[in-house]
Amino acid sequence: MPDYMPHTEAEIESMLAFLDLGSIDELFDAIPKALQVVGGLAMADGMSEPDVTAEMERLAAANRGAASRLVCFAGAGAYDHEVPPVVRALAGRGEFVTAYTPYQPEVAQGILQAIFEFQTLISRLYGLPISNASLYDGAASVTEAINLAVTASKRQRVLLSTGVHPTWRSVVKTFATGTGHDIVEVGLVDGRTDLASVAGLDDVGTVVVSQTTYLGTLDDLSAARALCDEIGAVMVVVADPVLASVLKSPGAMGADVAVGEGQALGTALSFGGPYLGLFACSADQVRRLPGRLVGETVDEEGRRAYVSTLRAREQDIRREKATSNVCSNQTLMAVTTAIQLGWLGTHGLAEVAARSISSTRYLADAVTGIDGVELLLPGVPVARDVAITTPLSGQLLLERLADEGFLGGVALSALTQEGDGSIDPALRSRAVVMSATERRTAVEVERFAEAMAKVIR
Amino acid sequence: MNTRAAPGGRASSAPLIGRDREPTLFEMSVPGRSAFQLRTTGIPVRPLAELLPAELLSESPTDLAEVSERDLVAHFTRLSHRQFSVDLGAYPLGSCTMKYNPKVCDMVAAMPGLADVHPAAPVSMIQGWLELMVELEDALCEITGMAAATLQPSAGAAGELTGLLLMAAYHEANGDRRRRVLIPDSAHGTNPASAALSGYEVTTIPTDERGLVDLDALRAALDTDVAGIMLTNPNTAGLFEEDIAEIAAEVHKIGGLLYYDGANLNAILGVVRPGDMGFDIIHMNLHKTFATPHGGGGPGAGPVAVSQRVVDFLPGPKPTKLEDGTFGWSTPSKSIGRVHGWHGSALVLARALTYIKVHGGEGLRLVAERAVLNANWLRHRIAEHYPTAHDRICMHEVVVTGTALKRATGVRALDVAKRLLEEGFHSPTVYFPLIVDEALMFEPTETESLQTLEALAEALDRIAIEAHEHPDEVIAAPRTTPVRRVDEARAARNLIPTEDARG
Repeated sequence: MPDYMPHTEAEIESMLAFLDLGSIDELFDAIPKALQVVGGLAMADGMSEPDVTAEMERLAAANRGAASRLVCFAGAGAYDHEVPPVVRALAGRGEFVTAYTPYQPEVAQGILQAIFEFQTLISRLYGLPISNASLYDGAASVTEAINLAVTASKRQRVLLSTGVHPTWRSVVKTFATGTGHDIVEVGLVDGRTDLASVAGLDDVGTVVVSQTTYLGTLDDLSAARALCDEIGAVMVVVADPVLASVLKSPGAMGADVAVGEGQALGTALSFGGPYLGLFACSADQVRRLPGRLVGETVDEEGRRAYVSTLRAREQDIRREKATSNVCSNQTLMAVTTAIQLGWLGTHGLAEVAARSISSTRYLADAVTGIDGVELLLPGVPVARDVAITTPLSGQLLLERLADEGFLGGVALSALTQEGDGSIDPALRSRAVVMSATERRTAVEVERFAEAMAKVIR
Repeated sequence: MNTRAAPGGRASSAPLIGRDREPTLFEMSVPGRSAFQLRTTGIPVRPLAELLPAELLSESPTDLAEVSERDLVAHFTRLSHRQFSVDLGAYPLGSCTMKYNPKVCDMVAAMPGLADVHPAAPVSMIQGWLELMVELEDALCEITGMAAATLQPSAGAAGELTGLLLMAAYHEANGDRRRRVLIPDSAHGTNPASAALSGYEVTTIPTDERGLVDLDALRAALDTDVAGIMLTNPNTAGLFEEDIAEIAAEVHKIGGLLYYDGANLNAILGVVRPGDMGFDIIHMNLHKTFATPHGGGGPGAGPVAVSQRVVDFLPGPKPTKLEDGTFGWSTPSKSIGRVHGWHGSALVLARALTYIKVHGGEGLRLVAERAVLNANWLRHRIAEHYPTAHDRICMHEVVVTGTALKRATGVRALDVAKRLLEEGFHSPTVYFPLIVDEALMFEPTETESLQTLEALAEALDRIAIEAHEHPDEVIAAPRTTPVRRVDEARAARNLIPTEDARG
């Protein structure tokens, strides 16, 4: 048994004596004996750290798909970007990792200022004046955005583009059973939300579209804005924060709320979590903002200081009337993102975005040169993801590519369990979404194309 | 006790260089400076206008900051020096279980093969992750006495909301629409906030003079419109709800379910299990009980475990051991659906499993024993100046009241908390639970030594004496911290949430 607990036997004896107790068990006398565990938990004995490490290494080795083993061409919401040693070292500092929520600002200026810098960076990328201190992930952010928009519009009906990531839409629908929001999914035509299909639908208070869809296409934000103006709805835009450095920002395109997944800004693939929910909004929505917000102020001596602010929105104060139930968020990922964006800087992030777009096109060109490989949406521009079809089922293709040393993408059939009605089911089963970040080389792409040609033959 | 040993958890020696503010990243920025280095790819970077519609492109890259790597390191290192943490010293913040976070867990969370796995990789390529998750689910079910669990929820509040949706789905499957959830007045704020998001009305149950759920009030509130009750046990006053078996029987009698807020699970590991108390749904805060670090506010992980009657409603897809011994995904028959974009806070789950495996069943019981021993020792040691709200054995945390101190000296709980920072300790939680006037809630956790507890108690004694002799000194605290008390009203009135909002 390892000792993270410092008590010596003698100290335990003296502490019990101080409490006038005969045994440790007496501390638990308030717990009815009939309920107490008898004979201990049915679990293995404790192991030493090196023994546990060896066991975890065994489990890690069983993950054949790790990016350290297979060259990663998978994206679809989780991207294999460079996270340099300097970011890992700084983000791994114990002062950031082992702190609690900054409730005592006098001794939490480090985290608070880092969040302030994060909020500034996200606000600039999304082109909106307010960013919160983070939410759990992209799915949580779009769910919270809908909650905000329904409150603001006082209308329960929400148009949700199927361009929004499929698993996020599943999450939205799960939580809508509690809030009672009426989620109406709107399909894509040629990679854009088919807003015409819902023209005339009454009582819509929220329109949610994704600047780049999960198929990599670019949606028509101007049309969404026009619709929102026409019907008085709140416009929520899901936006990729890497692409935001080179695309017109959601704010510039008229978004009232912009949300996204921040994993690509410094967080490893991490098997899906912990990731980083981004949330930005216009100034008139700040009192409906979910989660924590850091603001600048001064201390008693007039020195600049940071503190959590507009706290009356939050659950520990407003309880059932709070704007959200969120308490723990993803502060460490937000701090990491501030560091990563500091490292990349203005031109580094734009370079990552440009390379991801260029390299994904290079990848698409390479694989569509193979007989039987087609673009799912020919002629439609894509940004950092591209959907292709092959003669094989998506799942089989990926299994065969893994044998050749590649994680070849994400099968659409796995991503969209039920489909979304926008894609022909016959094509869907053969479709794979792929992506090439700035970490992929020409040699890797060429070998990948060779492997694909081989496995579909 | 060894009085010659120095307290390991007192951080009063922490150096603080200088009195100046730290500039922001943006203030340090110099156009043309850069730190980034990327791979040489051999792939030509084409002009974006060739690839995307020109009208969608911005004219110039979003202005972020331009700093050197050296300055980046200096800036964030200095920020880290302006931050209290568990690594630095004792953090007796009640309700938050700020125990030591073992470094081996950090190493596991960064391990290649775990940290670099794409969440949508096919099952044949993620067998290790699926096995890890199944093993963690089994361990959590054994610890809590439950039948099955979901690992998807990202934090405690997400777990609560998931649990309440499970409660609603359970009733709905019985053709039963119920509108109300009972919540004690001592509950965490997330409880009523989560109830509201799941469509329930909240009925507040008062606390009696023992500091426990008022049984008569509970009985009076129970009817067939009640979906269930949310309880924290031990409760937020640090007391075990000793009538729990009776409460469970009464709630089950009207067809309701019992929800367990696992924030205080550390007190009862291996001693008593929520399932055995009669609970049907429980969330755990892995970032409290199982020592995964809080990260300055997150990430957490809030798995939800349930009794047999709720199993079919759990979120999916769920990691599952298949008959052939391999691992896959499955979705329960009446699943409420996904509650996370992928599979939950996977790396937090890996840390928690590491912690559990290091301790084993017996070690986890020792965690609870020593957490409760520490809290009671501190309770008794500081009782002269800081009486408890409820004079009895507490569990893993102790709530004291500063009412008498305030009356006698004008020094409030908040002032004591701020003055304690100067002594090298993080503040306790103050003004919570709401039912205790001038509440100061200490949770020393099992990883602090007797010497650290004694030093904390001595500091508290000094503060109490100073409050009587020089109250203004206490009220002026803290003076040795990177900043002194901050103007919160100004922050709200003149909102500056970004560098660009600064006037």
